[in-house]
Amino acid sequence: MTDHDKEHDHARTFQPDHQEPTSDSARVGLALRELLIEAGHYTAEEEQEVIAAMQGASPENGGRIVARAWIDAAYKERLLGDGASAIRELGFELEPYEFTVMENTDSVHNVIVCTLCSCYPRSLLGMSPAWYKSKDYRSRVVREPRSVLAEFGVELSDNIDVRVHDSTAELRYMILPQRPAGTDDWSEEQLAALITRDSLIGTQRVLRSE
Amino acid sequence: MTAPLFSVGQSVRIVDRTPRVHHRVPAYAKGQVGVIERVCRLHGEPEKFIRGDGKPTQRLYRVRIAQNGLWDNYAGSDGDDLDIEIFEHWLEPME
Repeated sequence: MTDHDKEHDHARTFQPDHQEPTSDSARVGLALRELLIEAGHYTAEEEQEVIAAMQGASPENGGRIVARAWIDAAYKERLLGDGASAIRELGFELEPYEFTVMENTDSVHNVIVCTLCSCYPRSLLGMSPAWYKSKDYRSRVVREPRSVLAEFGVELSDNIDVRVHDSTAELRYMILPQRPAGTDDWSEEQLAALITRDSLIGTQRVLRSE
Repeated sequence: MTAPLFSVGQSVRIVDRTPRVHHRVPAYAKGQVGVIERVCRLHGEPEKFIRGDGKPTQRLYRVRIAQNGLWDNYAGSDGDDLDIEIFEHWLEPME
């Protein structure tokens, strides 16, 4: 293979074309967007800013918040008391919703769902996973949380209670997972890197420190 | 700001009704009994949100319901529970 060939490795550079809207609802959505912009409700630039801000959101933000709570007991107390204020303390912009952080302990495991739609703290943690929006997860995790969690690989003994949080209205949620053993001398950055998206939703309980 | 009607720890019943407008109470929670876990802020009343101005507002609460009482043949521990956000006009005090 020559260098020239490497530069044109289509298997690596291929990206699917942007799809034209094919359904009526997609066309209605696009038309509505154009009308809203045309009528001056918001500008195309503002829309781009919102999209850019959302693309900057990711579970890594949650990791920073959790790591700070692990190393700073006073911060953790503020985070559990008034999540939105404590999260803004770290420089994150949050929409004016109430933010609720739930702590996993030796005796309680928390898991989040939105049964009515799929509310998720998108502006902080980015897009929710596809399964979070699925009817299967939304309908089953409230009724049989232990079965659903087992399917995610979460092993729970009988002395751990499961607490489901149904995000039905105006609050947004994040779980504060437990700090893994053997990480006492880890830096805040190292700790932050341990935290996964699923551990912030509650479909993962144990974080791997190796 | 309107003072909350309910306080943390108080037993409440979630009203069982189905208005023909958008509302934020799932069917499984209607008629259920729980305990106020947290008093939240005032938020726009979903049933009237179609006006688009977020008014009038209603007090929001988090209500904790025992899973054993919520589902027939619930498979889990007696301590399992579910927290759900319910607006004040959907709650009535338990005698």
